[in-house]
Amino acid sequence: MGDTLEVRGSALRERIRAIFAFRETILILVLVVGGAIMTAASPVFLTWPNLEAILLGLSVEGPIVVGMSILLVSGGLDLSVGSTLAFTGVVCGLALVGGVPTVVAIPLSLVAALGVGLANGLLIAKMKMNPFIITLGMLITIRGLLLVIARGRAVLNLPDSFTVVGQGRFLGIQYPIFVVVILAVVGDLLLRNTRFFRQNYYIGGKEQAARLSGIKVDFIKIFNYCLIAVISGISGLMITARFGSSSLTVGSGIELRVLTAAIIGGASFNGGEGTVLGALLGALFMGILANSLNLLGVDVYWQNLVTGLMLILAVVFDTINESRKDKRR
Amino acid sequence: MEELLVVDHLRKSFPGVVAVADVSFSLGAGEILALIGENGAGKSTLSQVLGGALRPDSGRIVLEGKEVSFGSPQEAIQAGIRMMFQELSMVGSLSIAENIFANRQPTGLLNFIRWRQLYRETAEFLQRFHSSLDPRGLIKRLVKGEQQILEFLKAISTTPKVLILDEPTSSLSETETAYLMDNIRTLRAQGMSFIYITHKLSEVFKISTRVIVMRDGHYVGSREISQCTERDLVAMMVGRDISTTTTRPPVSAGEECLRVEDFSRRGVFSGVGFAARKGEILGLSGLVGSGRTELARAVFGMDPRDGGKVFVDGRPVTVSNPPEAIRAGIAYLTEDRKELGLYLDKSIRDNLIAPTLRRFSGLLGFMLNKPINSFASQKVQEFSIVTPTALKKVGKLSGGNQQKCLVATWVGTDPKVIFLDEPTRGVDVASREEIYVKIEELAARGVAVVLISSDLPELIRLCDRILVMHHGKIVGAVERADFSEELILSYATGLQSGLTEEHRSHG
Repeated sequence: MGDTLEVRGSALRERIRAIFAFRETILILVLVVGGAIMTAASPVFLTWPNLEAILLGLSVEGPIVVGMSILLVSGGLDLSVGSTLAFTGVVCGLALVGGVPTVVAIPLSLVAALGVGLANGLLIAKMKMNPFIITLGMLITIRGLLLVIARGRAVLNLPDSFTVVGQGRFLGIQYPIFVVVILAVVGDLLLRNTRFFRQNYYIGGKEQAARLSGIKVDFIKIFNYCLIAVISGISGLMITARFGSSSLTVGSGIELRVLTAAIIGGASFNGGEGTVLGALLGALFMGILANSLNLLGVDVYWQNLVTGLMLILAVVFDTINESRKDKRR
Repeated sequence: MEELLVVDHLRKSFPGVVAVADVSFSLGAGEILALIGENGAGKSTLSQVLGGALRPDSGRIVLEGKEVSFGSPQEAIQAGIRMMFQELSMVGSLSIAENIFANRQPTGLLNFIRWRQLYRETAEFLQRFHSSLDPRGLIKRLVKGEQQILEFLKAISTTPKVLILDEPTSSLSETETAYLMDNIRTLRAQGMSFIYITHKLSEVFKISTRVIVMRDGHYVGSREISQCTERDLVAMMVGRDISTTTTRPPVSAGEECLRVEDFSRRGVFSGVGFAARKGEILGLSGLVGSGRTELARAVFGMDPRDGGKVFVDGRPVTVSNPPEAIRAGIAYLTEDRKELGLYLDKSIRDNLIAPTLRRFSGLLGFMLNKPINSFASQKVQEFSIVTPTALKKVGKLSGGNQQKCLVATWVGTDPKVIFLDEPTRGVDVASREEIYVKIEELAARGVAVVLISSDLPELIRLCDRILVMHHGKIVGAVERADFSEELILSYATGLQSGLTEEHRSHG
């Protein structure tokens, strides 16, 4: 009798330990505790306008974080997301100003984004080139391309039929927030539970093993780069619609913020690890951190310093945790 | 017995080497066929051809009466021939269940994985093979032996008709080995056929019904297990006319130069000690996986060790990393020329000075070009490296010249002791002779040479004394007068252990 109880107790302990082994649990805990402290410290923090501002801030990076998690799991990486984002907005803006109807301009610009992803994917998967270098090159190239086609000037005065995409509300909540929430939920479910997306873990874990299991490695890689490019395009359209103009500099540096969020959320540059939920919680963490420092009146220049330290801490924590587990076995 | 698999005049060559030359044999349903041969006999190449990892140059593979040809291991698996991979096919960050059912997880609506069913089926599968592993456990948390057992279980999970096992017990404990054997026998009774490649002759007699022997890429013969002895098999594996191998005239070795005491590394080698004298060529023999390379790398400070002391010229030296070992006068020439030995896209000159950069740097660490160039051209000449200039990229040289460059690099560190790990692997006959001459010259200059080689005639020709390793221990020490391939091989395969008490305690 006492024995079974003890077994049950240790099973429970195992269970709790297993739950805490997930990065998501730790991040949620940090967010709850941090949120509680902030609620006490600032009367503004837990108000809808403030939360909406945080979520709206997340709505640009959030979708890209979903794509980047999948890419990181498969051992890939895309630095060109910010350029693709701006490029899509400019293509759409130019088309609209040129008289193309909104329902045509949107798919047209997303096809342009898909082109960037396809180029990345083919070069990386088929020609076995390094994703870091290829997408770095693409980052510069596409930013250059959009400056050329826009002749260095932002595209202004976009029609209302388009700006409603970024400014409209449903149930009092802005569309971009819906988009990020839906992409997050769907993205997490797909990557976690479908056989198709699950293939990324095998590819990132051991590419040779994935091939032996009959996984079409090249196809999946190309698919991933196309997916993140289209998602970046969607982000670009939403922010363009929100501002009512196609900015040429929007999205600069976003790739590093997205990568930071994913790594804080448990992804690894070595591939094979990470989840969409974890990465999004990482992004949320960064958003709330910035918002909190802001509310507490901390100088804005401190934000980078704190974010950078958080990234380093997360990785150090990971490494120590791994080697501790290795010793235990 | 009905013939399941027929291999007909199979041939596979690589640039410069014929790995499998004209091999034919057949495998019956429910048969366990052992495949043996010395290192480099072509066993692994043959298994890779059968498993779809390599395409044969010519010859036929006939499975159940139909000729087959595989473009990838995946195609072979679909046809029913499966190779068990060594640590190659597992993803560490995924669970046991997801690894066994890689890319064929049970799915439901919209391609969503049915996790409960996956874990339940994995648990049932593991139970059927009496394994107590947790389906949800992550691969990276398993120890090496468990991982290898899982490779086996993963391989049989698709119920292949023919399973090829290449040294399946290399990292297994006694219990795990017994577990593997039991399961192989059970599966055999159910009609699965096995090709069992091994170095351990004892396993051949324990598990197989028939054995075929390969030598230098050729099929030598086949024997029913009930009608042969281990001695017969060793004779078939060696095969050569031993009297033709020449040996070096005896030299008088000097005083003790290197002394290694009580070297241990958990799971790799334990309690190893030996000494080499000045001017001596000491052979280190043993099968792949016996720990010879790991031992040499540990003495050179490249691999970790749990314990052990090193003395050079009677003085204790610390060798916790290669720079310390080089300073102590120890050199190590790696067996992996391309990956670890040479900077292939750097020039011969840059390669030659790589271990001794300090010697060629002057004030504030600036490199001294004149001495470097004269050193490089001198070595190119001394080691007859065939090249127009010392500035040519090493990667552009032939295998033999690359190897000469590697030897020159390490001899150039003026070592007191040099470990040569497979110094003539993948080298043409002419370069091989030149390297032999250089090794003899080194010894004549008073350097203690430790020669690691899988090539027994090479060891017999060059060495004054040969130590034989098996399972991480030195199990035999053979003096020149007693050299014979049979004797060395019988130590190496664990057939006998011939250490006197004196050797055990000291060398």
